[in-house]
Amino acid sequence: MNTMKYVDAFRDRAAADRLVHEIRQRQTQRWTLMEVCGGQTHGLMRYGIAEELAPEVELIHGPGCPVCVTPLEAIDRALQLAFRDDVIVTSFGDMLRVPGSQYSLLSARAAGGNVRAVYSPSDAVALAKAHPRRQIVFFAVGFETTAPATAIAVRQARGLRLKNFSLLVSHVRVQPAMRAIAESHDCQVQAFLAAGHVCAVMGYESYDEFVARHHLPVVVTGFEPIDLLEGVLEAVYQLEEGRAEVANRYAWSVRAEGNRNARDLVHEVYEVCDRRWRGIGEILEGGLRLRPAWRDFDAEYRFPLSIQPTEEPGECRSGDVLAGRIKPPQCAAFGTRCRPDRPLGAPMVSSEGACAAYYRYARSHVS
Amino acid sequence: MCLAVPGKLVRWLDRDPTFAAAEIEFAGVRRRCQMACVPDAVEGDYVIVHAGIAITRLDTAEAERVIAELARVESNTSPVDKRHLEP
Repeated sequence: MNTMKYVDAFRDRAAADRLVHEIRQRQTQRWTLMEVCGGQTHGLMRYGIAEELAPEVELIHGPGCPVCVTPLEAIDRALQLAFRDDVIVTSFGDMLRVPGSQYSLLSARAAGGNVRAVYSPSDAVALAKAHPRRQIVFFAVGFETTAPATAIAVRQARGLRLKNFSLLVSHVRVQPAMRAIAESHDCQVQAFLAAGHVCAVMGYESYDEFVARHHLPVVVTGFEPIDLLEGVLEAVYQLEEGRAEVANRYAWSVRAEGNRNARDLVHEVYEVCDRRWRGIGEILEGGLRLRPAWRDFDAEYRFPLSIQPTEEPGECRSGDVLAGRIKPPQCAAFGTRCRPDRPLGAPMVSSEGACAAYYRYARSHVS
Repeated sequence: MCLAVPGKLVRWLDRDPTFAAAEIEFAGVRRRCQMACVPDAVEGDYVIVHAGIAITRLDTAEAERVIAELARVESNTSPVDKRHLEP
């Protein structure tokens, strides 16, 4: 069987084949790995790697889709702000399409709400500078990869002495979520492929303690097919030899200490907090919030809002998908009542969501 | 949000520590990007840009190899991709 149809186009076809061959040679039993990052989920599906390796390795898809885990009440807060006359809510395009407890920010715009997509948080700062009479709120979601972008934006706003820019912060941290998964009573994961770009920012030294505690290999992995296969192979090497270590298979982008400038910037602006993740629940130390020194730029203080925690629509099983308990096609609504054009839950919307990846690349195999 | 496509630093636009910015080229398209986290990057370097800010400098030889491969994959697989999008 050779399902890696997309890799056919590769100059490095031979390298991909060698890696697959090596994985098969090494492997004496079927192993279960979790790729944490949604970008990697899409790569594994798009290039046919998950399917090609299915007999040897089960790939469970992790919660690394930032807009998917942004809690409903955070979206509801942004929605409330969007309907104030003096406010323009800005965020990444993906975030605008994710349904809140009733509707998305994009549909709020259709209903007269003030909502704009921006390419970067600094663009929202520029918008604030250009519209001094409007309050510009940037809805700051994402992992440690995105936190440097929102941190520099708020520093720029302070530098420009802007009184009309604020952040509605719902940043999340990867490692506490991996810890929650590793400590769950029904954890199937035998090794983690760690999110390459989070590690590019934060480094991977902090995984030593995680590995020592949980005895699960952690392999820093990239996004390109060869990178993904090398990550899987390293995990299989370790599992077959009974080792559990931190390994870096994305060395052309990631250094052990990460990016010191980016880490310092995030540390200057944000502090760790507990956070409720959509579909998963409260995660200890699972989020970032603005430090008190930056409170002048915190939308939660500028615009007191009262939002009650709400529940996911009954039929959507995104919580089970995000925690790796089921694959998207195991949800009864997948591809029928839930599609990218009319999603029930966030993982069907986002370019990093597991449901969207299956809908786009693997529907023919499941229908 | 998590695009792994490396971009090439064409020229610096601003060297201020907070407002640092440079023109970065992605597959022929140039875009202004925030550079506060990679202040030591020089013209010709490759960086990964995430949400408008460069978050890491790349090994140049490896970045060029990957860009060449991605270009090849895109040109060869887009018809297949499109077919998959059709219901």
